[in-house]
Amino acid sequence: MKSSRYIVVVGCGRLGSHLASCLSRDGNSVVVIDRVETTLNDLSPDFSGFRINGDATHMAVLKQAKLKNADLLIATTHEDNVNLMVAQVAKKIFQVPHVLARVFDPRREEVYAQLGIDTVCPTSVAADMFLQAVANGGKRKNGAAS
Amino acid sequence: MKVIIVGSGKTLFFLCRNFTAKGYQVVIINRDKDECVQLSRQLSAMVVCGDGSDTGILKQAGAMGADAILAITPNDQDNLVVCQLASLTFGVPKAIALANDPDNTEIFEKLGVCAFSTTQIVGSLIEQRVSLEQILNLLPVGEGRVNVTEIILGADSPVAGKLLKDIDLSENALIAVVIRDNQPMVPRGGNDLQAGDRVVLITLPENHGPVLKALTGERR
Repeated sequence: MKSSRYIVVVGCGRLGSHLASCLSRDGNSVVVIDRVETTLNDLSPDFSGFRINGDATHMAVLKQAKLKNADLLIATTHEDNVNLMVAQVAKKIFQVPHVLARVFDPRREEVYAQLGIDTVCPTSVAADMFLQAVANGGKRKNGAAS
Repeated sequence: MKVIIVGSGKTLFFLCRNFTAKGYQVVIINRDKDECVQLSRQLSAMVVCGDGSDTGILKQAGAMGADAILAITPNDQDNLVVCQLASLTFGVPKAIALANDPDNTEIFEKLGVCAFSTTQIVGSLIEQRVSLEQILNLLPVGEGRVNVTEIILGADSPVAGKLLKDIDLSENALIAVVIRDNQPMVPRGGNDLQAGDRVVLITLPENHGPVLKALTGERR
């Protein structure tokens, strides 16, 4: 039995909408924020959380999302700086216990770590997987049956 | 003094012109190639084309030896990150960010970055100029949560001739100093106010207007 958590997802692109839909399906209370209203339609039909159309770098929008009550915030917009700012604000101002940010530029990961933000860098992750696959002679270790 | 300015538009242009006129060494970081060409033609400043929140670009702009960095782009997130990078990675002693959203000034300060909001500054200037002629200074302190105002009491002031203890000021307001004939004093309840006195007033923003009105009698 999973406990339900209050999760705020900033950015409703491919990754954000997918994450939000999965987390919502698992029984969490999810709030999704995006600046562009139409992207909020990309959420799966069974998404049962809230959608907020607004710029997450504006304090009023974060307050509207009741960030104070959140257990987890995930920043997945396409801009590293937005993710970094939102993550810091969530952690230091709203005291959100767990904060994750996506960062595209691997060179920035170190700076984020200095600021106390946990990051996921798709570029590094993909590179690691490719390197591993190359080392294994082109076969993926954890891949599907093929 | 060596200053790096990250931004665009007229604010950047005139700010840079001011600084270079004062003899500062200015480096501009701007993302737009065409604007960079224009700026380098019009100003005697070094122009670096690129993203100011990129460590490579900051290094190229000489952030290592800069005395101050100013981030005035229209995006708050970029301004914050530019300043954090500059102070964390390059040890720039003064990093100042523009907060386009006035709510963000407080946030930036909490995240360790000096911030200012043009909205707040212009707003208080307008209040100062427009509302009352007698106001000499309007200075927000404590991140804008306290106003310090200096006013001159006119002959028509409803409090002229009254003792301080008889004046009904609202809560959270204080007449801190009275200057009469160039003599400053910290008044007590038994002191009176007279026309021509210069009064230093401490208020909170929410009761600033009503208190001014009580002292000057003017309608706002």
